[in-house]
Amino acid sequence: MGLAGYEIEIERDRGSGLETEEMTLNMGPQHPSTHGVLRFVVKADGELMREAIPDVGYLHRSIEKIAEKVGYHGFMPYTDRVDYVAAMFCNQGWAMVCEKLAGIEVPKRGEYCRVIACELNRIASHLLSVGTMVLDIGATTPFFHAFREREKINDLLEELCGARLTYNYMRIGGVAWDLPPGFAERTLDFLDNFEPALEEFNDLITENKIYVERLADVAPVPPELAIQYNLVGPNLRASGVKFDLRRDEPYSVYPELEFDVPVGTGEAGTLGDCYDRYIVRIREMRESCKIVRQCLRQIPDGPVLAKVPRKFKPPKGDAYVRVESARGDMGWYCISDGTEFPYRTHIRTGSFSAMSIINEISRGIMIADLVAVIASLDIVAPEVDR
Amino acid sequence: MDAAAIHARLRERFGEAIEGVDLEAKDPFVVVRAEAIAEVCRYLRDDPDLRFDCLSNLTGVDLKAENLLQVVYHLYSYPHRHSIVLKVTTPRENPRVPTVERVWKAANWLEREAYDLLGIVFEGHSDLRRILMPEDWVGHPLRKDFVEPEEYHGISTRRESLLRS
Repeated sequence: MGLAGYEIEIERDRGSGLETEEMTLNMGPQHPSTHGVLRFVVKADGELMREAIPDVGYLHRSIEKIAEKVGYHGFMPYTDRVDYVAAMFCNQGWAMVCEKLAGIEVPKRGEYCRVIACELNRIASHLLSVGTMVLDIGATTPFFHAFREREKINDLLEELCGARLTYNYMRIGGVAWDLPPGFAERTLDFLDNFEPALEEFNDLITENKIYVERLADVAPVPPELAIQYNLVGPNLRASGVKFDLRRDEPYSVYPELEFDVPVGTGEAGTLGDCYDRYIVRIREMRESCKIVRQCLRQIPDGPVLAKVPRKFKPPKGDAYVRVESARGDMGWYCISDGTEFPYRTHIRTGSFSAMSIINEISRGIMIADLVAVIASLDIVAPEVDR
Repeated sequence: MDAAAIHARLRERFGEAIEGVDLEAKDPFVVVRAEAIAEVCRYLRDDPDLRFDCLSNLTGVDLKAENLLQVVYHLYSYPHRHSIVLKVTTPRENPRVPTVERVWKAANWLEREAYDLLGIVFEGHSDLRRILMPEDWVGHPLRKDFVEPEEYHGISTRRESLLRS
């Protein structure tokens, strides 16, 4: 919503002696639209926001410190808790940084299993993101459509690894289990049903005039600012930066797969506004469907797990890997001192930088739009705090 | 541009402030003197051949055996698609490193995190407060000699193991 008119009105008020006082409001820590436990200190001038200062740390579980105590293999289930909405990518990040430290090669079939699991997880995560976003804006029904599809993915992933959210599916050197019998057929079944369901979802809400106008022109992020704050993944691409680690810094078997990288174009208003961040995620789900189909066609036979010693002691040194998670480029840094325990682990997540930009982009917007901004950045609070 | 070429460039421009380089490491890194880090970063960002416009990661590390704290910077360039790692060290007793917040805005929160968990003071930072731990927390938990307190505001931090009963 444009605010030019409102600003003029405020200026006029100042002259007439009807001055308004700035108000400090508290939003959170428990608030339905904060997607976890986090708090905002909002300084408001009437309905206009002057500042929205995020206060994070409520979900700090010292995961980086735990890594130093439990060893390389033992840390895998903890990585699920970094981002429980897209835990596969955390598994993959940890596995990849350990493999880089020790120079382990993952068998081809293992890599394909990883990509299938990750792309299904990406769809599930984006469904949660767009589903809760429409709910935050005030539409109830599409949320159930999104979650119905997400449940089906949870079923598939449960078949794969026994868990619906905290998968603990990957291992250093590959994955824990091969695809179960009939998994490929059931996944194709799901995809055949999902693609029309996504169209239905679009009919229901994506092209809905009220919804579009609620998001268009709200809190646009120009590309230079996005890079300054290190926005990553869909948030970065929504600002028009065509960058995807899967394509531009390829890892795993992504070079063998064909897919597009959707970017924001400002089609509803300004480049990098809330609508662009929303529509990029919708389009990415289609690309993930394409990737899963190709993987199921191309997956070779063979082992899924390399031989890795129980007592895993990578040589001294440090390594940094980046994984294109559902919330974008996720950085995993690990230092090995040659013992069984990592000396230092650091996880730099997409939500962390997305949260840090909120104060800057929400100056001058309406209080009611803050929930749209949080939702459009797809923030998962535990991923910020780790 | 690869790490060797970037190091040669930095060496030529900053001389003694560039203390070393490791090209054999998994991610080749350049060791920079702490006082010079902000200028080095600004140069890396602005030089047209380097254009490191993205601070991908910033981490603090406690090197207790050497009585040092280390800050590791992972830089990435979107225009040139290359990366470099910088490392600086600072004494453990009085850890001070100039902030790079004015080079990349992403550094603001990342430096707050390194300050919170390791106690590295970033000089010139606009808002150096704790970010993950409570404001009144004592000590920096990722230091190797940190001892977890028995309780916090009357809440015990110990729990009986469920396996023992």
